[in-house]
Amino acid sequence: MNMHTLSVRELGDALRRKEFSSVELTRHFLARIEQYDSEINAFITPTADIALAEAERADIRIREGDDSPLLGIPIAHKDIFCTQGVRTSCASKMLDRFVAPYDATVVERLRAAGAVMLGKTNMDEFAMGSSNQTSHYGAVSNPWDPTCVPGGSSGGSAAAVAAGLCPLATGTETGGSIRQPASLCGLTGLKPTYGRVSRFGMIAFASSLDQAGLMARSAEDIALSFAAMSGHDPKDSTSASEPVEDYPAALQGDLKGLRIGVVRDQFGAELDERIGSRVQEAISLLESLGAELCDIALPDCALSIPVYYVIAPAEASSNLSRFDGIRFGHRAQDPEDIEDLYMRSRSEGFGAEVKRRIMIGTYVLSAGYYDAYYLKAQQLRRRIADDFARAFEKVDILAGPTSPMTAFPIGEKMDDPVAMYLCDIYTSGINLAGIPALSVPAGFVDGLPIGLHLMGNHFSEGRLLKVAHHYQRSSDWHRRSPPAFA
Amino acid sequence: MNNGWEAVIGLEIHAQLATRSKIFSGAPTAFGAEPNRQACLIDLGFPGVLPILNAKALRMAVMFGLAIGARIAPRSIFARKNYFYPDLPKGYQISQYELPVVEGGAIDIEIEDGSTRSIGITRAHLEEDAGKSLHDAFPGRTGIDLNRAGVPLLEIVSEPDMRSPAEAVAFMRSVHALVRHLGICDGNMQEGSFRCDANISVRRVGDERLGTRTELKNINSFRFVERAATGEIERQIDLLEGGGVVIQQTRLYDARSDTTRAMRSKEEANDYRYFPDPDLLPVRITPSDIDRIRAALPELPAARKKRLVDTYDLDEKDAGRLTTDPSVADYYEAILKAGRFQTGPAKLTANWILGELTAALHREDRDILDCPIPASSFATLIARIDDGTLSGKMAKTVFDAMWAGEGEPDDIIEARGLAQISDSNALEALADKVIEDYPEQVSQYLSGKEKVFGFLVGQVMKASRGQADPKRINEILRRKLSDASE
Repeated sequence: MNMHTLSVRELGDALRRKEFSSVELTRHFLARIEQYDSEINAFITPTADIALAEAERADIRIREGDDSPLLGIPIAHKDIFCTQGVRTSCASKMLDRFVAPYDATVVERLRAAGAVMLGKTNMDEFAMGSSNQTSHYGAVSNPWDPTCVPGGSSGGSAAAVAAGLCPLATGTETGGSIRQPASLCGLTGLKPTYGRVSRFGMIAFASSLDQAGLMARSAEDIALSFAAMSGHDPKDSTSASEPVEDYPAALQGDLKGLRIGVVRDQFGAELDERIGSRVQEAISLLESLGAELCDIALPDCALSIPVYYVIAPAEASSNLSRFDGIRFGHRAQDPEDIEDLYMRSRSEGFGAEVKRRIMIGTYVLSAGYYDAYYLKAQQLRRRIADDFARAFEKVDILAGPTSPMTAFPIGEKMDDPVAMYLCDIYTSGINLAGIPALSVPAGFVDGLPIGLHLMGNHFSEGRLLKVAHHYQRSSDWHRRSPPAFA
Repeated sequence: MNNGWEAVIGLEIHAQLATRSKIFSGAPTAFGAEPNRQACLIDLGFPGVLPILNAKALRMAVMFGLAIGARIAPRSIFARKNYFYPDLPKGYQISQYELPVVEGGAIDIEIEDGSTRSIGITRAHLEEDAGKSLHDAFPGRTGIDLNRAGVPLLEIVSEPDMRSPAEAVAFMRSVHALVRHLGICDGNMQEGSFRCDANISVRRVGDERLGTRTELKNINSFRFVERAATGEIERQIDLLEGGGVVIQQTRLYDARSDTTRAMRSKEEANDYRYFPDPDLLPVRITPSDIDRIRAALPELPAARKKRLVDTYDLDEKDAGRLTTDPSVADYYEAILKAGRFQTGPAKLTANWILGELTAALHREDRDILDCPIPASSFATLIARIDDGTLSGKMAKTVFDAMWAGEGEPDDIIEARGLAQISDSNALEALADKVIEDYPEQVSQYLSGKEKVFGFLVGQVMKASRGQADPKRINEILRRKLSDASE
């Protein structure tokens, strides 16, 4: 039975109709992980025992008539979320043996909603990367072409969903880490408004940018699942108290009169023209569904990458100071003194990209450089946010490409950090502005998926999902799966 | 002072706020627990945890600001102070930097000549305490106790307005009395709840420019402030007079040897890379919050002192001493209330509190809060002195018995037969007998030898076996002798 090709809604319906149990469904996915994961390396830690125990509990609740949409549905968590009693590595040698003593709010809420945790997925080390190549546990392969990267940093989650190893996965973003891998793996990926989802228990990269989201095949799957993980959390001061929308209800209606701003500056020289054409076709399809188009310029948004690469490393350099070898994580053997303990524990525990960003961040916060870099970047960050705010006075959503390129070969860009950083050229401005955005599968170039990028104002997740859902009712890119994993 | 040199002193006082839980977590703050029993995952800086501001700590900081006439920032910011130290779990301390909650204001101190001076307050900000390194607990190793980590502190920074060690002590005492009156700090210096660093420089009298300063750390008693500052001023003057220069550095005060030693110089000083903590939103305080807090402020030491002087005609010095410790002032006022005392007995009460009671407390190293004598019993004792039942000497005996737990003063007086003979008939009979028994002395007195009067009083007192009120004997004898002369 091809349970792995069913949507979250179809799986939920089948579970409630007792066509199969959650335990059977879970065994099916665990078997697929067993069979295929050696090819793509999507999981760092599969959690079969936990999954089966949770599935059994879900089956009891289903028998008792509980009809929660996520009840009994398998899910994979990016290994950045703390999971009680389970290794939480952040794909770093630093945390290779770190077993979290508590659950992240996201994990706790999804568990309470009945989702079944299959395991912890691979990622770029501490979420720093756009290709999943910085992982201590090795690169992840793109199911559409195993010689290519899946994108990153949530590359394991993207590859796992794309390969049919789970129907749904959590991811996190700091500058595009859900949308870019969703685009490269042919998935739908939502980066919510900053504050919509609790960051408690999500190992921090850059606290003012980090936000958890979901990756699935369709917008509808995300709409059914997203409410369970979002909402205010008293354990996170930056979480929003804005009420959570009824996302499945938000999908209803049509797109008539929807004003879409096409971000013209994002169809420039850096964009693969063939991707530009696919994205343009997708936007035309939305027009044919009743949307009204206009061009929008986001002049300051072009500065997103330099601004991002000051602010994110600055926060990271401080957030990662706690990994000092004293209380948890990697500790160097036989240190001479405390200085030696710090230096060697951190030198041995962190990979090259993490060290690079700690150094950048330390530099931009240093006395004499703070004003020129960090403060300037904060001022520009406000201007980027203003760019979006002005745009949303004229239009309801913005559209453009998610990524300027399709999946690239494993090994590429690793010696050219700036080229790697440019993977997030269209996405990082969204994180700086704190607004939600979605990547939607919109076709293929040379057999590799490309993504349409939909961006909305604060707390417009419902609207974004609705646009994507209507697009997906008129297209079938999101139903394609990589042949090797059928 | 000091050969034409003048000292310039500013203090940074760390007052531990009297909240039950820590400033950013729910862990308890009680002193004296087993190491690391009062540190939760947030205090330990575990991956993924987030701080939540304790609203009570904020309220206490505002109370302090209002009490010193400071500006309360409508928007203040928590910042991270980044440095590595084993007892600093996150690798940064959450503090306030650019926008502290309290700015400006002043505190009056009383200086040696009895006049008052106003010492400016630069700022007061909230921050978390670090843990403690235990160097003696394990041979060759350092233990870390994180019970203190996250304990709320109010750091009160003065202007360099003090000109002598005595003024520094007076300032520290004023702040100590104030925070105790406000109920925001228990003021316990042995437990480290109230401690200070002193910034000290010297200059030629009349010089407007400030000299190079040193910072003395780790001062946890009034006596040590005086001693450490005196020693440091001498050290600096000696250096300068010997043609040397003062190096800007941090020095650690060692109370045992009564010396300071250099910890680090300016060049070695950390670059703390302060930046706003992205995990905490800016703290907003509205005018109505301020009004509410102001309305609930207790009476402040200066106001209380003035009231005691005005109402009971106490002298300034006694009123000042009574209001240094709010518990002492409370006890004092409880006695006045129990005895319904007005001016006279109120002054008598003040003498007893500041004399016998303070000495007894000091002798047994007890706090007034554990005083074994209930205020109502103390009031009875004062009443018995006031009505002439007890002489001062007898009252001391009764006081000692009360202190030893022998019960109510009237019972003690009766049991020990301590009442003064104030029955006029009995005293008159004794006086008559003495006049009859010592005719020679009487005639000497009557011929102008005033000295002999004391002898006659002594004889009456002796005849009463010490239980007569000397004042009454005086009166009676004078009357009778003047009758005899006529």
